[in-house]
Amino acid sequence: MATGHHGRQGDLPSEILQLLSKNDPILSSEAFPSQKSGDVKGALDRLASRSMIRYETIDREEAILEDEGVDIEANGSHEARVFEALRKAVEGLTVKELEAAIGDKKAASVGQGKAFKSKWITKAKDGRLVASTDSIQDTTREQLQIIQKTRTHPDPKVIADLKKRKLVKMQKVISFKVHKGPKFALEMVKEETDLTADMLASGAWKTAAFKPYNFRSLGADQNAGALHPLNKVRHEFRQIFFEMGFEEMPTNRFVETGFWNFDALFVPQQHPARDLQDTFYISDPKIADKPHAETEDDKADYEAYWNNVKDVHQEGKYGSIGYRYPWAEDESLRLVLRTHTTAISTAMLHKLASKKGPDGRPPPARYFSIDRVFRNETVDATHLAEFHQVEGVIADYGLSLGGLMEFMQIFFSKMGIEDLRFKPAYNPYTEPSMEIFSFHKGLNKLVEIGNSGMFRPEMLEAMGLPKDLRVFGWGLSLERPTMIKYKVNNIRELLGHKVDLAFIERNPAVRLEKT
Amino acid sequence: MPTINVDKAELYKALAQEYTTEEFETLCFEFGIELDEDTTNSERPIINGKQEAPQLKIEIPANRYDMLCFEGIALMLNIFREKTPLPNYRLVAPKSGKLQTITIHPETMKVRPYVSGAILRNVTFTQEAYDSFIALQDKLHQNLARQRTLVSIGTHDLDTLKGPFTYEALPPKEISFIPLNQTKKMNGEELMQFYENDKHLGKYLHIIRDSPVYPVIFDSQKTVCSLPPIINSDHSKISLKTKNVFMEITATDRTKLEIVNNIMVSMFSQYCAEPFTIEPVKIISEHNGETRQTPNLKPRLAEVEVDYVNSCCGLEAKPQQICDWLTKMCYTAKPSSKDENIIEVLVPPTRADVLHQCDIMEDVAIAYGFNRLPRTSPNKASTIAQPLMINKLGDIVRMEAAMAGWSEVMPLILCSHDENFGWLNRTDDGKTAVKLANPKTAEYQVVRTSLLPGLLKTIRENKKHSVPIKVFEVSDVAFKDLALERKSRNERHFAAAWYGKTSGFEVVHGLLDRVLLMLKTAFLTHEEGLEGKKLDYEVKEDPSKPDGYWIEEIDEPTFFSGHAAAIYLRHNGKQVRIGEFGILHPTVLDKFELRYPVSTLEINLEVFL
Repeated sequence: MATGHHGRQGDLPSEILQLLSKNDPILSSEAFPSQKSGDVKGALDRLASRSMIRYETIDREEAILEDEGVDIEANGSHEARVFEALRKAVEGLTVKELEAAIGDKKAASVGQGKAFKSKWITKAKDGRLVASTDSIQDTTREQLQIIQKTRTHPDPKVIADLKKRKLVKMQKVISFKVHKGPKFALEMVKEETDLTADMLASGAWKTAAFKPYNFRSLGADQNAGALHPLNKVRHEFRQIFFEMGFEEMPTNRFVETGFWNFDALFVPQQHPARDLQDTFYISDPKIADKPHAETEDDKADYEAYWNNVKDVHQEGKYGSIGYRYPWAEDESLRLVLRTHTTAISTAMLHKLASKKGPDGRPPPARYFSIDRVFRNETVDATHLAEFHQVEGVIADYGLSLGGLMEFMQIFFSKMGIEDLRFKPAYNPYTEPSMEIFSFHKGLNKLVEIGNSGMFRPEMLEAMGLPKDLRVFGWGLSLERPTMIKYKVNNIRELLGHKVDLAFIERNPAVRLEKT
Repeated sequence: MPTINVDKAELYKALAQEYTTEEFETLCFEFGIELDEDTTNSERPIINGKQEAPQLKIEIPANRYDMLCFEGIALMLNIFREKTPLPNYRLVAPKSGKLQTITIHPETMKVRPYVSGAILRNVTFTQEAYDSFIALQDKLHQNLARQRTLVSIGTHDLDTLKGPFTYEALPPKEISFIPLNQTKKMNGEELMQFYENDKHLGKYLHIIRDSPVYPVIFDSQKTVCSLPPIINSDHSKISLKTKNVFMEITATDRTKLEIVNNIMVSMFSQYCAEPFTIEPVKIISEHNGETRQTPNLKPRLAEVEVDYVNSCCGLEAKPQQICDWLTKMCYTAKPSSKDENIIEVLVPPTRADVLHQCDIMEDVAIAYGFNRLPRTSPNKASTIAQPLMINKLGDIVRMEAAMAGWSEVMPLILCSHDENFGWLNRTDDGKTAVKLANPKTAEYQVVRTSLLPGLLKTIRENKKHSVPIKVFEVSDVAFKDLALERKSRNERHFAAAWYGKTSGFEVVHGLLDRVLLMLKTAFLTHEEGLEGKKLDYEVKEDPSKPDGYWIEEIDEPTFFSGHAAAIYLRHNGKQVRIGEFGILHPTVLDKFELRYPVSTLEINLEVFL
């Protein structure tokens, strides 16, 4: 139906401008009845973005003839056709003859009924059908003709009736009412999209028309690099430790021995944590050496330490009755993947025992680490075989529990966590042991946020540390607070190869103190 | 932590107080146990046509074996709330004065050497008490007794047996009896077969199965009482009607043996006609000098220093005050008459967890209230903050890589053997990787020796991401190193991978140049005197030559031929290969299910320290 010259998209904007110069406003449905409304809109948008025109969108419904409606509009209603056929036949027609005359059995049959009803035809005495009047008015056809021309009908009842009779249907039509814009002209001016160096050089910027910038869209993608969210949280924790005078421990050692990971921490050899179900053991290499110095400057007596650890487990020592079981060297020499970074803290404290401060005694120390630990867990939404442990250690003379709790308060307030509660707990290498809880507003309950305590004398005195040097230790996972803070429900969405790169790229900067 | 279910109404009755859930939660919190769940408002199971009464699910710390049953929880909370004193457990010999005996035969040394025993007389069990008695044995078996490997308990109706008893070890075929709740007599071998697939008992068979002799307890008529640690005989089984309970406990660990005995009798002697009395059993074990009377319920005397307790807790309490607090934690304590800095504390037989005065000090803090302890400044001495140098170096490289437009990823450190070797067309020489003995899945077989598998797996899981994908990681790999105590060492690596429609070879090469520029390392061209020289991978010293890095083409199966290079560094006069980069071989891409070309870079950062 589209006429040739209307089909050419490129001409449409200038046609619009031409028409608008003669009539303002114009209706697209009248000016371009056969153009697709999408094409019209595209042309209008180009002109509108240059302020050459402005337009309003008009949504309206049009009545369209159904197939049967088209037939009636062209040939008349069935009853009118029956009447016409009978009027022409002076002698009247039999039903068969009528059908043949109309050439449509259905139209003939439906038309007869209606023509009878309207008293246009009647049955003669011989049974033939005859016209009973000279002329009729074919209202249906007339109504359809109006609709065909105007796409509507002045009487809404007519449209409703014809719709019911399935002769017309309604169709949504978008059209546009177009007005001249403030920069109306007959010619489209070329618009620049950007200010270029050439334009500055030539001075063309002074006269050039610039296409308005679309302030409703995002800017260009930066193809930026990104740091991993978990490492961003790690950075924050590290800063907190540095602010508080902590030295970072050398946790770059995944493989430990039963001795350093358990025995030296006074974890008995039958402790469930040492089960195959919980700890990864190493099959190759097979067995560790007994602890010994690995650098020239390490003058510690490892043999004495080994024996002290054995004694304190087996017979008791340092005022402890011990666990009183036969302590096995082989168990202590098994290689494991460290289950906690406390294995490193232990080695650090053992080294501290041979250091001498100004008073000739081991000096106070603060250590921390944030690194990977390994558990032989069954993987689920909150457990992976690997996670990061955040650990802090404070060694000093005459420390008290009140000092530990106060420290924890300061430490956690740097992450926006206040109102800590401390619960007595059990841990084989700390006594007292305190679980740290904080009230979580979102979950409306106390949630455990970490573990803390004072290392047991059985652990410290075996290293040769003085009895009055007390050591606080505390730990938490890096993943758990991150998951709570950033509402990540599955640890596999945070750590490991299944993490979504888009999550890494779009995760905002981490500021733990902002709650 | 074990979780114990107790009947809420019964517990509140025993505590003579009704609590709201919140109040009870607070009591638990202060005492150091945890209310896991109050089932009052949840859907409860129907048991024998009756809905289960509301339960409290209480988590007990792993060292409080005296609280693994209703009786223990009620007792300890009542003592803590100062409602009852600690019961005085008494050993009472029978009127005849003649104790029951268990004589241990030396053969038991081969399989399970220790036994202990006790008798509870004139017991009246309610259904609840009976159930609790059985459940406590189960909890002790699971926890302290490490799935019966260390200790196992057998309880019998003494009136069906006739002492004295013997504890023997016999070849399996020579032990024949009807096991508990069975009807057919079977010998030790048949019994092993019979219970092989038993859901409950099957897991204990391994403890003795391969031993040439099995342990067995007999009475004087050679009636089998039990085959520890597997099962009791049906003959002597206890029921609600049982009046006199004979307990035999066998073990491989003699300390835990007596702990279990003490816990069992202290929890259930309250149901005796004369509460808290226990009839001891004489153990005759001449061959290993273990002859003694059991149980030994004598409290242990521990000395606690007043200044230690006060200093740790930040208190200035008088000795008598500390003694009063200790009463709440079930101790009997009095200031020493000899030393005013000493408190003499009697540790009851139920408190096997108390090893050192630090345990008693903690109980003072609990009795006082952790959250009420006076706060002090944590800053006693000032210390100096210091980063670990390899972490500082690693962070510099991380920042530079991110600034160059690469995204950081954190894959796992454990991987499969194939991912680390075969899939990269690398062979395992057996001297490189640390291997795991007991992984639950094939995903965790080795500690990675390269960062590449993690990067490639990350790309594999992110194929929906637009290309190119540019990812990097700075982290540790581990190698076997037999010279060290732990037989292995970590090494900090930096690796990056490009995935796109083109190979990205030059881009990865450029990243290497950029990072090394930031590490103040000059690029040495071949014209500067290195062309054509074949280099060993070993460290060589030649201070005459300038420091810097250079690259040389390599032909290694990980990479596409002609598109890979080794990276060499001369640093402080030492020359070393620090890594390689190149286009991955299409067979490697295939293994990691990657459709587009990938170029990778991996270097060791330790040399830049």
